[in-house]
Amino acid sequence: MPDTKMISLTIEGRAVTVPEGTSILEAAKTVGILIPHYCYHPALPVAGVCRMCLVDVEKAPKLAPACATAVADGQVISTRTEKALEARKGVLEMLLINHPLDCPICDQSGECELQDYTYQEGRQDSRYREPKRFNPVEDFGGDVVYVPNRCILCTRCVRFMDDVAHDPVLSVSERGDRAVIGKFDGADLTHEWASNVVDLCPVGALLSKDFLNKARAWELDRSASICPNCTQGCNAIIETRDNQVVRMRPRANPDVNAYFMCDTGRLDYRWINRTDRLEQPMMHVNGALAAVDWEPALAAAAAALRGKRAVVLASPMLSNESLFLLSRLGGRGVFRVAQGPEAPLEGVPDLALRADRAANVRGAEEMGFSRTAALSGVGAGDVVVIADDDLEGLDTAALGGATLIVMGTTLPEGIAGRVAVALPTTNFSEEEGTFTNLRGRVQRFMQARAAPGLARPMWYALTDLLALLGQPSAYFIASEVFDALAAAKPSYAGMAYDTLGLRGSPLPAAQAAGRSA
Amino acid sequence: MSASGTSGTHMSSPASHAGGHGQGANEAPVFEGARRQELDTLLTRYPTKMAALLPALWIVQAERGWVSERSMTEVAALLGLTPAYVKGVVTFYTMYHQHPVGKYFVQVCTTSPCGVCGAEDVVKAFLRHTGTGDLGTTSADGRFTVIEVECLGACGFATPIMINDEFIESVSAETVPEIIARLP
Amino acid sequence: MGFPHRSHPRETPLLSKHFGDVDARTLTGWRQRGGYRALEQALAMEPVAITNIVKESGLRGRGGAGFPTGLKWSFMKPGDGKPHYLACNADESEPGTFKDREIMRWTPHALVEGCAIGAHAIGAETAYIYIRGEFTEPLLRMNEAVREAYADGILGKNAMGTGKRIDVHVHKGAGAYICGEETAMMNSLEGRRGNPRIKPPFPAVAGLFGQPTTINNVETLAAVPHILTNGPEWYKGMSLASPKSSGTKLFSVCGNIQRPGNYEVVMGFPFGEFLRDLCGGPLPGRRFKAIIPGGASVPIQTPEEADGTMMDYEGFIAGGSMLGSGGVIVIDDAQCMVKQIARLARFFAHESCAQCTQCREGTAWTTKILERIEAGQGTMEDLDTLLEIADNMTGKTICVLSDSCATPVVSGIKKFREEFEAHITGKRCPMRAVAA
Repeated sequence: MPDTKMISLTIEGRAVTVPEGTSILEAAKTVGILIPHYCYHPALPVAGVCRMCLVDVEKAPKLAPACATAVADGQVISTRTEKALEARKGVLEMLLINHPLDCPICDQSGECELQDYTYQEGRQDSRYREPKRFNPVEDFGGDVVYVPNRCILCTRCVRFMDDVAHDPVLSVSERGDRAVIGKFDGADLTHEWASNVVDLCPVGALLSKDFLNKARAWELDRSASICPNCTQGCNAIIETRDNQVVRMRPRANPDVNAYFMCDTGRLDYRWINRTDRLEQPMMHVNGALAAVDWEPALAAAAAALRGKRAVVLASPMLSNESLFLLSRLGGRGVFRVAQGPEAPLEGVPDLALRADRAANVRGAEEMGFSRTAALSGVGAGDVVVIADDDLEGLDTAALGGATLIVMGTTLPEGIAGRVAVALPTTNFSEEEGTFTNLRGRVQRFMQARAAPGLARPMWYALTDLLALLGQPSAYFIASEVFDALAAAKPSYAGMAYDTLGLRGSPLPAAQAAGRSA
Repeated sequence: MSASGTSGTHMSSPASHAGGHGQGANEAPVFEGARRQELDTLLTRYPTKMAALLPALWIVQAERGWVSERSMTEVAALLGLTPAYVKGVVTFYTMYHQHPVGKYFVQVCTTSPCGVCGAEDVVKAFLRHTGTGDLGTTSADGRFTVIEVECLGACGFATPIMINDEFIESVSAETVPEIIARLP
Repeated sequence: MGFPHRSHPRETPLLSKHFGDVDARTLTGWRQRGGYRALEQALAMEPVAITNIVKESGLRGRGGAGFPTGLKWSFMKPGDGKPHYLACNADESEPGTFKDREIMRWTPHALVEGCAIGAHAIGAETAYIYIRGEFTEPLLRMNEAVREAYADGILGKNAMGTGKRIDVHVHKGAGAYICGEETAMMNSLEGRRGNPRIKPPFPAVAGLFGQPTTINNVETLAAVPHILTNGPEWYKGMSLASPKSSGTKLFSVCGNIQRPGNYEVVMGFPFGEFLRDLCGGPLPGRRFKAIIPGGASVPIQTPEEADGTMMDYEGFIAGGSMLGSGGVIVIDDAQCMVKQIARLARFFAHESCAQCTQCREGTAWTTKILERIEAGQGTMEDLDTLLEIADNMTGKTICVLSDSCATPVVSGIKKFREEFEAHITGKRCPMRAVAA
């Protein structure tokens, strides 16, 4: 970019060079320094009200708010002079005087920035002797509950609803220490992206009703993942306790979802925990489906498929790896995908809850699967591989007299009598792999939970099945499958699993088109 | 004009106080006819509609005596704002009443310059002679609400008070009964 | 005039010359008293020439900040293709100050004329006069004066027949001291909560509606026509404290004093003589205990400090305080300093906009501690706490309301510590012993 003036300064003894107009706070980030702050957020307009980020600028008479002050050549900045430390300590003290100090019953405990900074550099004791201000808890609608007594008036929630969601239903009410966040009767936080205010709230003032009193932050195991509930591919964090998903939160990715995820995606995780799972391989033995070991089940499945025309009904929730190996079964591949209304987050370009409510529609298409609403053209001599489609809403008559092989997380209703073999597979939280989002971005998800029973990743089971069908290979880990996929599919040419990282990478075509998703 | 000691100069502008008691009262829109024209004229003074918000709220209060949530919704719609936004503005400014008040809303300045000149005695006198007894409560007959306010900007004419829009200077505890008596 | 008292011979009535003169309020009356000649002169001049005269005159902002007015006007870049705005700050809410109301209710046309000249000088076609909502009479008079001016063709799209457009609109506030802060006033004018803005950007770059804006106090603008008519040297020559402070200043005197009112004296006037001679000194049988010379936000002076002070910007600083708005609050020995300082803190707590942590929480906390001390339940540690809170509230916020709350606390504890300690050790207000 021509003629962007660069500014050089020193922060905490480290040399920094950034474009003119960069704030001191953002400049500090570039050299690994996080200046303590509350109200600032890179996705929101600067407010400069919490006063936590006051830094000492050499030779300047007053401390400067780092989030709202642009860098200047030759500045020498410190966050740890006595003046700056005292100022920050003072802010922390002031924030706690009316605070209920109810960490033992506050959901935010353990992931609370007020706790964190107070522990780090606040006062050890309170010298406040006066009665504290009190306001009752309010239901803000949607998934959000507001606890005014804990609110530090950082106004991130107001700015988010105003400037990012474009739905100004929150405002600051009253003045002085009577101020609270207010909403208007009848106008609630029902916006599709409203729950992001819970993430943005640095303290336990805005809480998720869904997560209320469910688990302590320090009990949670966290894994980087991708939201599976639509094709946007918002980067997410799956949080579990005792192997149960208790919460999903967004993970920042400037190329996909900024810092946000929608309510529909975020709150739709219970299906991940469902217990009515196919946990063991099953095959017809003496007229009934019985549990067996993997080897006989795989052998039976191979026998059923050998020489027959396969029709694969795949779920668009499956990973690229599983879909790739499914396509190797040959025959015809289709997928059904649930639909819902699209709901954009207007303040962020190209971010929306998408109409296709599954993570890997693009992946399925790239692997040669076609979108369908119903199944048709299935003959009695065909083998239908039901790859994790639960058959909800499908007229099972369409399956005709075909042989049915189920590879999936559950055994669909009403077809048990006709299933030859059922192989238990993992859902995306129980394996690692990749999805391809609607803009052609390939993104990794990590394993977050242990799989139930004898379930295996579908691509793992398919490796064995394909070997029995004359396509031997030895894929033991997902990266091996992906790299094989990249070698075999021109649209994925040149990609490598180990370079995807946690932010993903666009398909070559998507990259060339200048679109990153 | 006056020297201190008399009940002083007072200026008022017409203020209608319909009382507005009860939720069901005053359902009709405020901005019709002349009031709508007034708003339209105001809108020509500013490059944005939002800038007409404070003046619009004054019209509402002049018409209804207070600013109800229904009025906030009406103003919001006329100016392209959300009710939540309007509420944030209304609750910031102390002169907009968010609930009905007595027919005579008495405001006594008690900030230090008046405080050292006996403002507290003026407050006590009003509480006694209006029968309200407590700050902020409306008298049983609905006629009076008495509150303390911050500096009214007439410190040399202590103690200044306002009754609705009427500004009365140089009030003392002794002149309070006479001021109340002459209210219709 | 020591309005509402008779003019004292040592006053220099310039802006206050017609206080109390009902005929001065009309357009005709104002014209008869020499009004609108300065505007006529100004409209025939180049804007930059007007600004230079004001610069030369040394006029400084009379709202409290004391910023050189001509310099402020010169920040408005001509020919930038953007609409410029003049905003007159008539939000007068600083406790102890009541001069702008007098200018507006007795000489409203002086302000209209000042606004029009100012607008022309800074290249603005629109001026707003933001008047606090409680000022019923000033609102009435200013609205009437503006109406008369439009009817007479002084204002409008053809101001005084020159083809230039000058619009003046009166805008009514709704009860918020903080809207006297220039950026908060702009937000309020725009229909927002009266929150001060972070600077930069400065109003001259991006102010009202994002456009270049100049904000001036009522008294400042009212002085401009006189400066234009009589020349900058005349204005400078009046003062005893030139060149840093020029012209006259309206001092609002209130509290425990014989003759409260507005007094107009030249800059540099000796404060001790002012209080005892012009204002009549303390009430019978009483002595001065404390003087707050520039509104509630400036340090409290002891009577000794006040006696040695000259009434100008630098003079008050040398006297341990500030000129501020010129609102002189006099407190005598019948008053309890702890109570009054607590009451001032309560004022600031009530008026805090709630943006900055230190102000939002600190003003209320300070008030609560002071009220507890006043009630006889304080401790010595509370005094240390108050001073630390005050330090935390100073120099760390978007605007200076926070600092303003800290100021009387710090100067009060410093200069009247024994009263605080008496409340603490005696567990009661020692003044209660004085007969009611």
